[in-house]
Amino acid sequence: MNTPVPLLAARGIRKRYGQVEALRGADLEVGEGEVHALIGDNGAGKSTLVKALSGVVTPDEGTIELRGERVAFGGPRDAQGAGIETVYQDLALAPSLDAGANIFLGREPLRGGFRGRIGFLDRPRMRREAAHALEDLGVELPSLEAEVGTMSGGQRQAVAVARAAVWGTALIIMDEPTAALGVRQTEVVLSLIRRVCEQKGVSVLLISHNMAHVLRVADTITVLRLGRRAAVRRALDTSLEELTLLMAGLGNEADVDPEDEEDEE
Amino acid sequence: MKAIAALRARAFSQSRRSEDLTIGFILLALVVGFWILSPPGSFLSTENIKNIGVDASELMILSAGMTLLLIAGGLDLSIGSVVVFAAVLSAKTIDAVAGTSPTTGPLVYHDLGLAIAAGVAVAIASGVAWGLFNSFVILRMKVPPFIATLASLGMALGLAEVISHGTNVSSLPLPLQEDYGLGEALGIVPWPIVTAAAVTAVLWILLSKTRFGLRTYAIGANPESARRAGIRVDRHMLTLYVLMGALAGIVSVVDVARFGTATLAAHSQDALSAISAVVIGGTSLFGGRGRMFGTVIGVLIPAVLLNGFVILQIESFWQNVAVGAVLIVAVYIDQMRRQAGPST
Ligand SMILES: Nc1ncnc2c1ncn2[C@@H]1O[C@H](COP(=O)(O)OP(=O)(O)OP(=O)(O)O)[C@@H](O)[C@H]1O
Ligand SMILES: [Mg+2]
Repeated sequence: MNTPVPLLAARGIRKRYGQVEALRGADLEVGEGEVHALIGDNGAGKSTLVKALSGVVTPDEGTIELRGERVAFGGPRDAQGAGIETVYQDLALAPSLDAGANIFLGREPLRGGFRGRIGFLDRPRMRREAAHALEDLGVELPSLEAEVGTMSGGQRQAVAVARAAVWGTALIIMDEPTAALGVRQTEVVLSLIRRVCEQKGVSVLLISHNMAHVLRVADTITVLRLGRRAAVRRALDTSLEELTLLMAGLGNEADVDPEDEEDEE
Repeated sequence: MKAIAALRARAFSQSRRSEDLTIGFILLALVVGFWILSPPGSFLSTENIKNIGVDASELMILSAGMTLLLIAGGLDLSIGSVVVFAAVLSAKTIDAVAGTSPTTGPLVYHDLGLAIAAGVAVAIASGVAWGLFNSFVILRMKVPPFIATLASLGMALGLAEVISHGTNVSSLPLPLQEDYGLGEALGIVPWPIVTAAAVTAVLWILLSKTRFGLRTYAIGANPESARRAGIRVDRHMLTLYVLMGALAGIVSVVDVARFGTATLAAHSQDALSAISAVVIGGTSLFGGRGRMFGTVIGVLIPAVLLNGFVILQIESFWQNVAVGAVLIVAVYIDQMRRQAGPST
């Protein structure tokens, strides 16, 4: 959309759970270096689409392209290998481990030499790099040794975002990152989203219900409705009212390319 | 604000350390109590300390494995029967290879070394086989571990009885018992203690220093998050169940060597004793939390209680009562800490 070859393009994604058709041919295009919001009513299929993009579920139909090349994710590892990191709606942290262990889980640094070969962890490095990553994002934690389960919702969210920021090289997906947060912590996470995008030069796919937030942080917005893309808008060219109507299926769904779109206001 | 948060975090990590100390103190209090109450030179004599250690060695090996399994959110109730099964098979193997028939004479064993090597290999292999069986039922057939291992608890014992025709396998080569089961390394430390200490040390390091250990915690804390982090959860659990089986095999060797016979009726309480030792040691039954240090103490508490009661000529039945009480207190302390600490 924004560039000739989008960073990520999903086309015609279908996913059925028993009787429920969560996705009915959904499309999504995320450009390079942008914050792209995916909005839609409850059950629109946002989380399912995100899971397809992060390798957690395999779509029944449809294609995913990364920088123009077809990819097929057999599991989360494949998506991670392609540079796609996800902050899940249910966070998926290990509550009894500390921030460093959570950030490095699945990709733990090992010590050098023989001990490394038999699987000894490089804990100092884990702690150091975790501290560094958190500092880069301007996140303050009470203690690096504290169990993540003892932290506030915002701090846990920050750990999850930091993990994605450390490993994501192409796209960071965040499913409802502010849903469970208070006003102040929401602000922290919202500014975190822009910072990740700007500092690391990666794209962010943000799933949210809150259109005011979306309009503030996103560059582009895709509206999902009943498992399909209903519209794509540039944040600058749309309004809260229009998005609300689109989500409810009452808007002008003409799937216009935001580049060519006339300013309607 | 930040300072307060930091203080709270420090207080929290201290409370974790002090909880380790709590059960350490319970053990210390028991030792001091028995030492004061027992006739001089009986309870803390070298001989008696060795007794306690040897008596605790088999449970220690099983509990070390159970610690990893419970931290990962698994469970194995079958270990006692697997010990019996492995003991019967390995005793039969040793008898067959060493040849104890009257024609060879009572104390002449041809191929004794080979016999024992074969016995150990068979013991560990049968433990591993049961570990694989449990893994298959739990991970492939998706039967909950409680049910799956309750079933194999019965099956392993039943098969052991079938193979041994319901009688204990005895008449094992004497040197196995004299040199290993009742023998001492360098004439100082009994071999069963050396074996248990070595196994525990290896598993302790595995749990606290390696990637495998960290992932064991992560899986127990939240299997879904571990899966999404790219960890092969099923393969990890399979490794743990097989490890547990192999440890039961090692225990069967220690047991056969100590008593010179593979006894069918022993070990029926092993799984529950191991779980209780691990839980007394502060490991969570819900996974994600636990330490090997606690387990060592959790194994020593019942061993010290039993030994102390015997020395004080209190009926040994009271040991079971006392261990039950310690278990409740340990879990109670854990619950209190959980409620006091910030919630998840
Ligand atoms: N694992 C599953 N099994 C069965 N049905 C599912 C599953 N996951 C999602 N669904 C169904 O698919 C539809 C889309 O769900 P999805 O979670 O993708 O929506 P969503 O847009 O993320 O909603 P929300 O805003 O509530 O998070 C819903 O009807 C849901 O009930
Ligand atoms: Mg959702």
